[in-house]
Amino acid sequence: MAIKLPIYMDYHATTPVDPRVVETIVPYFTQHFGNAASRNHPFGWEAEEAVDKARKQVADLIGANAKEVVFTSGATESDNLAIKGVAEMYREKGNHIVTCVTEHKAVIDTCKRLEKEGYRVTYLGVQKNGLVSLDELRNAITDKTILITIMTANNEIGVIQPIAEIGAIAKEKGILFHTDAVQAVGKIPFSVNDLKVDMASMSAHKMYGPKGVGALYVRRRNPRVLLAPIIDGGGHERGMRSGTLNVPGIVGFGKAAELCRTEMATDAERMGRLRDRLNDKLHNGLDEIYVNGSIERRLPHSLNISFAYVEGESLLMGINDVAVSSGSACTSASLEPSYVLKALGAGDDLAHSSIRFGLGRWTTEEEVDYVADKLINVVTRLREMSPLYELAKEGVDLATMQWEVH
Amino acid sequence: MAYSSKVIDHYENPRNVGSLPKEDPNVGTGLVGAPECGDVMKLQVRINPQTGVIDDAKFKTFGCGSAIASSSLATEWLKGRTVNEALAIKNTDIVTELSLPPVKIHCSVLAEDAIKAAINDYKKKQGAKATLAQEQAQPAL
Repeated sequence: MAIKLPIYMDYHATTPVDPRVVETIVPYFTQHFGNAASRNHPFGWEAEEAVDKARKQVADLIGANAKEVVFTSGATESDNLAIKGVAEMYREKGNHIVTCVTEHKAVIDTCKRLEKEGYRVTYLGVQKNGLVSLDELRNAITDKTILITIMTANNEIGVIQPIAEIGAIAKEKGILFHTDAVQAVGKIPFSVNDLKVDMASMSAHKMYGPKGVGALYVRRRNPRVLLAPIIDGGGHERGMRSGTLNVPGIVGFGKAAELCRTEMATDAERMGRLRDRLNDKLHNGLDEIYVNGSIERRLPHSLNISFAYVEGESLLMGINDVAVSSGSACTSASLEPSYVLKALGAGDDLAHSSIRFGLGRWTTEEEVDYVADKLINVVTRLREMSPLYELAKEGVDLATMQWEVH
Repeated sequence: MAYSSKVIDHYENPRNVGSLPKEDPNVGTGLVGAPECGDVMKLQVRINPQTGVIDDAKFKTFGCGSAIASSSLATEWLKGRTVNEALAIKNTDIVTELSLPPVKIHCSVLAEDAIKAAINDYKKKQGAKATLAQEQAQPAL
């Protein structure tokens, strides 16, 4: 089977919308275009019905009640709503939040804003495998802590945090627990009750749905979570998120969620095999490559590898018919290397040499083989051109060398 | 990021990749940058001590496409130039030739530093050679 170039292997960044989802959405643009809040006529009623159906589809994916799903414009908004909403609502109770250094910017930047407003935030470090330490978490909690927010699966390294254990600690201490579940929902089993999660952020475009729509799960029982809204104007979504609902987007989100629920097990098994195949081929073809983050506690379709002595952007140039991303400073707008990789303690040089692979529903074995072979060729060629590889082969310890930095 | 065709050309067909023997008294070696910064360039020149002309240049670079292209271009320009002509190469010349965007200008700066470091190394070695020759020429007292 001929491979279609370029190959997409950046499913953590976004995903194509499943054609079955597109089919479901289209009528809601021109036929069933009503405003779901229009109470007085069939156009509104059928839009509302479609939203209700989608709400249930999303709730079923995470083991929640439909009333506990709040639709938003995406996970960034959901993260903002969860964190700022709790911070404002529970201000009397306390002003301390516990989170982690490897969180998505939507969480970290929100916390930083709250710090400016007088809240205190503890950013837990992670171990070399990318996981937070439960003991450190326990020790960080104070009587002023009102929220713990830890992501389920990391977008850069694919590592899965011990959410159920964190949920148990939160429950024990009576503290609300939010998780950015964007990369996990739809890919691995996620049950809000099993995991003892009180809020969870989700994004449609990470699970083969359209961009511009997401949701926040907000627990209603044991405990009932109260949130101050961050958007005012009409009181939609039980007062938690005002604004006309993005009906086509929501319908698509619901369909995407249903497809994930029914196809998750087979997708995960297939992608896990392909991911392992990619990993094995690379390890067999190259020396001195390192997987970043725990190999065992990892999303089935995710792989992040550092290729020592070769810089990430030059690597990407060599595989320019493959779409992946890198933790290298050169590939970021800020010229800073990935803060997630730095948190693993790997050292900046390995952050600069990292590539993130995200496989997906349409990734094929041929694509994996093509990518592996091409990468092995490019890394080998670039190592021949690398002064670091030359020094290492001469036995120089690069860590102790004096560099002439300008 | 869109690369200029010249940067792509240097990346696909780098000129003068390799190494010259470091111990050769006529070879100057410059090693600049640092792994933590994501850019390390090694530039070497072999200079004819009689004429002061650079008759060979080699490079190895750990860095992005623009860094590789900058150092590859540098070796191309160095061959056949005199030491003084080499020291006159400015990073802005490299920026212009490769159409480097603002975010990549630092790559050209590093290449200019590498050229100067290589030539300084050669000069240091020549100075040491001269001192050694002087000492050897002194009649033993």
